[in-house]
Amino acid sequence: MRVGVLAVQGDYSKHVDILKRLGQIPYLVRTEAELNQCDGLIIPGGESTTLTIVMHKHGLWEPLRHFGERRPIFGTCAGLIILSSRTPNHPFDPLGLIDLTVERNAYGRQKDSFIDEVTVSWEGHNHSIPGFFIRAPKIIEIGKSVSVLGRHRSDIVLVENERILAATFHPELTDDPSVHEYFLRKV
Amino acid sequence: MEKADNINLKIGLAEMLKGGVIMDVTTPEQAKIAEDAGAVAVMALERIPADIRSHGGVARMSDPTVIKAIQKAVSIPVMAKCRIGHFAEAQVLEALGVDFIDESEVLTPADEEYHIDKWRFKVPFVCGCRELGEALRRISEGAAMIRTKGEAGTGNVVEAVRHMRSVMSGIRRIQSLSDEELVTEGKKLGAPAELIREVKKLGKLPVPNFSAGGVATPADASLMRQLGAESVFVGSGIFKSSAPEKMAKAIVSAVTHFDDPDLIARVSEGLGEAMPGLEINAIPDNERMAGRGW
Repeated sequence: MRVGVLAVQGDYSKHVDILKRLGQIPYLVRTEAELNQCDGLIIPGGESTTLTIVMHKHGLWEPLRHFGERRPIFGTCAGLIILSSRTPNHPFDPLGLIDLTVERNAYGRQKDSFIDEVTVSWEGHNHSIPGFFIRAPKIIEIGKSVSVLGRHRSDIVLVENERILAATFHPELTDDPSVHEYFLRKV
Repeated sequence: MEKADNINLKIGLAEMLKGGVIMDVTTPEQAKIAEDAGAVAVMALERIPADIRSHGGVARMSDPTVIKAIQKAVSIPVMAKCRIGHFAEAQVLEALGVDFIDESEVLTPADEEYHIDKWRFKVPFVCGCRELGEALRRISEGAAMIRTKGEAGTGNVVEAVRHMRSVMSGIRRIQSLSDEELVTEGKKLGAPAELIREVKKLGKLPVPNFSAGGVATPADASLMRQLGAESVFVGSGIFKSSAPEKMAKAIVSAVTHFDDPDLIARVSEGLGEAMPGLEINAIPDNERMAGRGW
């Protein structure tokens, strides 16, 4: 099993660190050829506009969509925006791989960023993990095909469908690998 | 918020900017060009460094009108500069909701003895350095990101290269030391032993390490990334070139694909004139910005 980390821009090295801790040999992806070597992919946090522009420019956008129609992808923060279906205040259309409506920078600027407890639940277990919300997006609406796996207070912050896992926060910035572990089980 | 949470949140934003380009802009129109070209953030300024250099006089924090107009124009993070040691300017920038503050040698220093105590702020700070000891002193004051100083406004990458090589070789040296040598190394570098230990453990700085000060072409950006910079600030290099939009896009591509010379060759074609640039030796010592701060 080979899990790639999209290394176009953002905190990809943090995802690499967590995958290594989980015994994976992470694989950096910057081209279509590299993408097609992977069984699953992580889209990191970063700037969603930069990621979108660079992927369009270097022919990675459509290959990424095709990849996501067949294989699992996990996106955090900017990654979630890119995977979603509708982003009213974002200059580009997202990939539409998970039925979400997302508002970008919904909490405000960096002074409104925060760390707070997120409750996640899967396979009948609940537990809490630290949630880093950095100029974070908010999920405004979810489609029927989407399950909620995590909440911060009443906000939905971790979701999945058949292949896609997406978080509005950054599990990669913590020491808790549980969300990545969960993703590896999807791959 | 706990001190540890606060610094982790600040470093978190710096992590998000990795692999990107932070561009100096002076108007909302330039900010929009930067965002559309793929900049991860913009630095809102009244004058870019090349013009600060030729203008002379005391260079201060930008007029809040300029910063607010730029914040309105783009959705990416907006940074702004304050003078070294001028914590009141930093307080104003924080009140304006700036996402990152650059305590910068490009502006005229306000305090010749002390840098800002950055732990007191919620907004993250980036600071310049010329070598490892200076980087670690700034980190011990609470900086969440380090950049090379280079020599801003020159379009000449030589100083940025010197500073990045110095930081990276300092890190390699620490990794080769035994534990009992670390305190003495800290004394020599003028940096806290705790941070020296952390650098030995991590094999890199404990905060993201970016490059600034003289990057003018896609190949310059690739050079800095290959020398160890995790991202690149481009100041005068974009809006002093003959085709800013093309130059901005080309530098963004070069930062992502820094290790792909074929791609850098392609994006470097037909960019027109880069900024004219200055020979470092032609700048009198007292006009060099890198010597400001310690």
